[in-house]
Amino acid sequence: MKILVAIKRVADPDNANKVKPTADKVDTTGLEWKPNPFDEYALETALRLTENGKNNKVRQGEVVVVTIGNKDTETQLRSALATGADRAIRVEAEDTDLDGRLVAAALKSVVDAEKPDLVLLGKQVVDGDSNSVGQMLAQLLDYPMATFAATIQEEADGRLLVGREVDGGVLSLRLTTPAIITVDLRVVAPTSVYSKHTDAGFKYSDGVRFAALPAIMKAKKKPLDVKALADLAPGKTNGSSYFRFEAPPARAAGVKVPDVATLVNKLATEAKAL
Amino acid sequence: MSAPSPESAGLTDTHRAFAETCRRFARERIAPHVVEWEEAGSFPRSLYTEAAEAGILGVSFPEAYGGGGGDLLHSMLSVETLLEGGSSGLVASLGSLGIALPPIMALGTEEQKQRFVPKVLSGEHIAALAITEPGAGSDVAGVKTRAVRDGDHYRLSGAKLFITSGVRADLVTVLARTGEDAHGGLTFFVVERGTPGFSASRALNKTGWWASDTAELSFDDVKVPLDQRLGEEGSGFLAIMQSFQAERLSLAFYGHATAEIVLADAIAYAKERQAFGRPLTGFQVTRHKLAEMATKTRVAKAFNWELARRVAAGEYLVTEVSMAKNFAAQVAQEVCYEAVQIFGGMGYMRETRVERFARDARLLPIGGGTTEIMNEIIAKQLGL
Ligand SMILES: Cc1cc2nc3c(=O)[nH]c(=O)nc-3n(C[C@H](O)[C@H](O)[C@H](O)COP(=O)(O)OP(=O)(O)OC[C@H]3O[C@@H](n4cnc5c(N)ncnc54)[C@H](O)[C@@H]3O)c2cc1C
Repeated sequence: MKILVAIKRVADPDNANKVKPTADKVDTTGLEWKPNPFDEYALETALRLTENGKNNKVRQGEVVVVTIGNKDTETQLRSALATGADRAIRVEAEDTDLDGRLVAAALKSVVDAEKPDLVLLGKQVVDGDSNSVGQMLAQLLDYPMATFAATIQEEADGRLLVGREVDGGVLSLRLTTPAIITVDLRVVAPTSVYSKHTDAGFKYSDGVRFAALPAIMKAKKKPLDVKALADLAPGKTNGSSYFRFEAPPARAAGVKVPDVATLVNKLATEAKAL
Repeated sequence: MSAPSPESAGLTDTHRAFAETCRRFARERIAPHVVEWEEAGSFPRSLYTEAAEAGILGVSFPEAYGGGGGDLLHSMLSVETLLEGGSSGLVASLGSLGIALPPIMALGTEEQKQRFVPKVLSGEHIAALAITEPGAGSDVAGVKTRAVRDGDHYRLSGAKLFITSGVRADLVTVLARTGEDAHGGLTFFVVERGTPGFSASRALNKTGWWASDTAELSFDDVKVPLDQRLGEEGSGFLAIMQSFQAERLSLAFYGHATAEIVLADAIAYAKERQAFGRPLTGFQVTRHKLAEMATKTRVAKAFNWELARRVAAGEYLVTEVSMAKNFAAQVAQEVCYEAVQIFGGMGYMRETRVERFARDARLLPIGGGTTEIMNEIIAKQLGL
């Protein structure tokens, strides 16, 4: 199976408090970047689907990772290559010039050129939280789609059985390929994803696999192609752009009361809580 | 290490990517279980294989033996980042191969290396280094464990004390006396678990490093085949001297990394904790205390990183490394002490990291050569 995984970098959620939204732009200087967690889950899913879990040194398919971003985002691509992806594509663009529609259009061109059996994406990025690219891309490609996948099982005939956690239960869908799947957190649990090569009882380590140093070294030599956004989404510009961010109003300072009587009085008359 | 800083100069993208792997390992595989493992005085053996799979175990050993093919900076990065998981003892036990394998790598034949090293680097076997004895610590030349040649094997008798990972070790690199010369009569042997006469006689209870097992080992007329002797008879002392440099530098890294972690915890707590109607950082005395803690930590870190780079580049810096170990170990004591003080009663409670690190840090001026022994080395260099 050949799988395309879309990856976006986001400001490290652990340092998100350093983001300084101003009137007209989000100041990103000095931020640390990480792959969007859901995209890391998508990559882990793709790797599981292209291997036999028991002997994962031998690849049973191809995983291509793609990101749309500036030169710095190659760090995230190299890290995906170190984790196990086979090839990478970077589409040159600045984040501020993009919106979901444009990203979906560019990804469609990548899919047209690469012809993967499956496109995997995170269900959403944790910065913009739009949860829209996967769905728009499915529409543009006219592919079957399953969103928020918690489990994926490749069947003998190549169809994909996708489990989605919905209110009150698990809903299973059977997709023919080529298809699009967006993944949720649970997809990296030990028994969530099985390729047709992996034994039914096999248990993965929980979470996303680690990139060992020899793999990090080898990743430097794996192919990384750069493409121009204008070639992939000709004539298109973003139609929605950042306007403003407003933090919730800060809580007003409290007041000190000298005694219980005043407190009761204030609760009754000012706070109207009694 | 967040933004580029002087101490991170010379690190490549691959170093940074490796540090990220370790940091995530600490966050996902260590931190969630640390309190449980510390209280239990142990951690699951499976963590060794998990760390091996993640490429963290033995990162600086050659790939041909199952290592990561990295350099000294990678192993120093692994100390710095794994400590963020919250347990020095765990890092020490997981890392005991870092002191147990170098004599095998330095003195062993190709056959011995292939026989002993890959199973340790895959996490299947645990390795320990046994030098210290009930009667010989600082004075390595006082080692009394004896190895007497008897045909095609040796007979080993004696006791070893304070051996990290000793209880669980599958193989132990043991220093024994094969000759009368104080320094020239010492030889390394590999002794395997299950060899008749060899046992871990006692698991020791400690001030800190709870997640690490520390053992007393007993050798009662243990038959050790000739092919488990490392190098020629008498080659032991020099091998120890050569591996001390990396071990002591690594303990220096424990020092600044410990200080860095408890400093961050103390800053966060001081901003949050209210007293007399303001956060603790509202008192100048607290701000200045934190400023001094930060300064010491930064200086220790900068010096350690400078030495790591130079040692990685091939310099032999025994005096400077001794200074670094003493300085960073002392900084860790001071910063831990003040961090506990800032936490107040909460700093005395086992649920806080500062409490644990304060206990753990006490080992640093003792293990791997005491402060006094480091000072002897430095003084000698000064011509005293
Ligand atoms: C938690 C832990 C883990 C350890 N792990 C290992 C391990 O895995 N393998 C191993 O082989 N060892 C290990 N050790 C042993 C450690 O290396 C020794 O404890 C250390 O070298 C000091 O030796 P000692 O305890 O015998 O102290 P001693 O040598 O008895 O020293 C006692 C005091 O006398 C001072 N002193 C000694 N000589 C001099 C001198 N010439 N001048 C001035 N002062 C002096 C010392 O500085 C110290 O203050 C471990 C120890 C601990 C506590």
